[in-house]
Amino acid sequence: MVLESIWFYVWGLLWAIFFITDGFDFGIGALHPFLGRSEQDKRHMISAMGPLWDGNEVWLITAGGVTFAAFPLVYAVMFSSLYTALMLILFALILRGVSMEFRGKVASPAWRRVWDTCLFVGSAVPALLFGVAFANIFQGLPLDQEHLFQGNLLTLLNPYGLLGGLLFLLFFLVHGALWLAIRTSGDLQARAVRTAAWIWLPLLLTAVAFLVYSAVATTLYANYLARPYLFVVILLAVAGLLGIRIFLARQEYFKAWFASALAIFSATFFGIVGLFPNMLPSSLGAEFSLTAFNASSSPLTLKIMLVVVVLFIPVVLAYQIWAYTLFRTKVSGEEMAH
Amino acid sequence: MDPVFLSRLQFAAATMFHFLFVPLTLGLSILVAYMETRYARSGDPTYLRMTKFWGKMFLINFALGVVTGITLEFQFGTNWSRYSAYVGDIFGSLLAIEATAAFFLESTLIGVWIFGWKKLSPKAHAAVMWLVAGAGNISALWILIANGWMQHPVGYVLRNGRAELDDFAAVVFNKFAIMEFLHTVPAAFILSSFFVMGISAYHLLKKQEIDFFTRSFNIALVMGLLSSVWVVVQGDQHAVHVTEVQPAKLAAMESHWETATAAPMLLFAIPDEQNERNRFEFGRIPGLLSLLGYHDIDAEVRGLKDFPKEDRPPVLLTFLSFRTMVVLGTLFPLLTLIGWFLRKRLVENRWYLMIMVAAIPLPYIAIEAGWVLAEVGRQPWIVYGLLRTTDAVSPVAAVQVLSSLVAFVLVYGLLGMVGFFLIARFALQGPPAMKPAQAQVDSDGYDL
Repeated sequence: MVLESIWFYVWGLLWAIFFITDGFDFGIGALHPFLGRSEQDKRHMISAMGPLWDGNEVWLITAGGVTFAAFPLVYAVMFSSLYTALMLILFALILRGVSMEFRGKVASPAWRRVWDTCLFVGSAVPALLFGVAFANIFQGLPLDQEHLFQGNLLTLLNPYGLLGGLLFLLFFLVHGALWLAIRTSGDLQARAVRTAAWIWLPLLLTAVAFLVYSAVATTLYANYLARPYLFVVILLAVAGLLGIRIFLARQEYFKAWFASALAIFSATFFGIVGLFPNMLPSSLGAEFSLTAFNASSSPLTLKIMLVVVVLFIPVVLAYQIWAYTLFRTKVSGEEMAH
Repeated sequence: MDPVFLSRLQFAAATMFHFLFVPLTLGLSILVAYMETRYARSGDPTYLRMTKFWGKMFLINFALGVVTGITLEFQFGTNWSRYSAYVGDIFGSLLAIEATAAFFLESTLIGVWIFGWKKLSPKAHAAVMWLVAGAGNISALWILIANGWMQHPVGYVLRNGRAELDDFAAVVFNKFAIMEFLHTVPAAFILSSFFVMGISAYHLLKKQEIDFFTRSFNIALVMGLLSSVWVVVQGDQHAVHVTEVQPAKLAAMESHWETATAAPMLLFAIPDEQNERNRFEFGRIPGLLSLLGYHDIDAEVRGLKDFPKEDRPPVLLTFLSFRTMVVLGTLFPLLTLIGWFLRKRLVENRWYLMIMVAAIPLPYIAIEAGWVLAEVGRQPWIVYGLLRTTDAVSPVAAVQVLSSLVAFVLVYGLLGMVGFFLIARFALQGPPAMKPAQAQVDSDGYDL
């Protein structure tokens, strides 16, 4: 029981790290057509995330791999149920990845426009769809007694799911704008700061709406009511959201970005903590739900994988933090002299 | 339409496309790291130009490899959910270890390498590429351990209606997996070296940048010669092991119908699966099959007829892919050996250079044929002897799979064309003329 519970939270942790790292890449990609007014702005925006997005994306691969390893049944049901949504995400990620590598390879405005479009679509679509997918998981999927999904893509596009999508998108837009505030300068930076400030209020309102709607659409609050100290997770999310605004006003962009990371992390954990021990709750009957206990791997696999995770994740974090430290500086014009 | 067939088609398309890029990543990363190390040690600007020229092609190829790899991990869930639920305890762990222990390092450091020219010292920057190369090859090891388990499942027990891990060490040190690693990775080195030698040969033919491309050719030649000889020797051992643990695959590889001692090998044949015989046979060499499979010219080799029909792999595809791989695999040590003797007079031997330009696609064909043999020859099993492919597919509607398959073909087709166009363009252009002051600044970050 303990082992499964630990793994449940490791699972949540990996998704949360994915959202705070690759989240700002999605945000920058989605803001790219709007904030990148000149060709130089566009280059600077890509350079702001260029050294980091690839490593960030591996958190997704790890989250997927760990789901497969520790909760094979969840992996099987989650990704076959969300078949079309996941395929859309995967194709979007393909377009995003190649767009950054390809856009500068041919000196032609038309060529660059193609890849700029791919970058935008490839960033905005996953931002939205991850939110839709997770909100639907919080809410419960129509899974029957054999864990077969009784629905389709349209089933996922319900009001709560869409609100979740909007919430994720706004989170990532702010998160991306704040990263731009850190790494760019001049006019572009000023626009990024303004954008973060503008989107902050809709984000706050959407977050509050999501918290309220969750009380109606989901059973997430049951765990909180049973153990009131868990409300601290929600308080942290709110603190993060307020922190963004406060540090923005003080022009302390690093702190604002960390506040945003805290907010995204806590918002993810708001769902994770509320779900426990459910991983894929069924809306057709609680007895059909997949939980950390009925969908997990054997104790031996869980133990071995725990050793792997405990050994390697700190190492991964260490060299990723090193890479972030290396590339926290302003993207300079000189770097781009080509 | 049958969702099993469509899912198989989709997975085949996605893996084969992915594997157009993986081998070059594995080998070229080492070559680029070596060139950059030479630069860091000697300060010789030609090595820096070589690093940047080959590095540019490496990065285009790398990007395509990365983006097409992600879809593979998730396709086990989307299309093969019954497989995933049945073997996730073992197979899922191997994929998760691959991501945490290797792919993370590769992906994080590639960003540092692309953007870190001015942030790191030349030696540190070269070291980063070594780490990228090492992590990539360790990544391949874990993926091949996972595939090795599908080929020859070990270290498991059947419990709770699924395969559960019983002996982790047995899974990791699975002989089949180690054999696959020792075969596939050197094959990737062959491909990478032929890529570099072929492009260098093109420029040597045109007498452009002779010093630059002679050096490039000769660095790749060493890798190509060693790995192509190795693959032939190791491939022979690999065949013996396949005979032992996958006898049906061996029989299909050789279109060998009747169990026989001193079994013959056919140079070529057209199998007739309906009537369980060969419609046409050519070049029958007595005893050679026994020799290949058992290293004993008189050994008995089980024929296809001794396997129930429902346990036989598709014969024609298995047979042809094996022959394609072997014929090409034999050619590579010959070509590199000739190269070794001509290495000091490459420019004078135009015929050889022309052959080497034409040879660029051959390792690609050989390596894809090798995978077709490994995967089609394993059928009808997804996990050999344990789980049938037909029992592994997701309960998704055929129309969903059909639409994603169409999307795969379209997106991958376009990406493949763009990737080929870009790599070919830079390869034919050759390295930009050296402007010492600019060289440093040039490739900071993507070519933006």
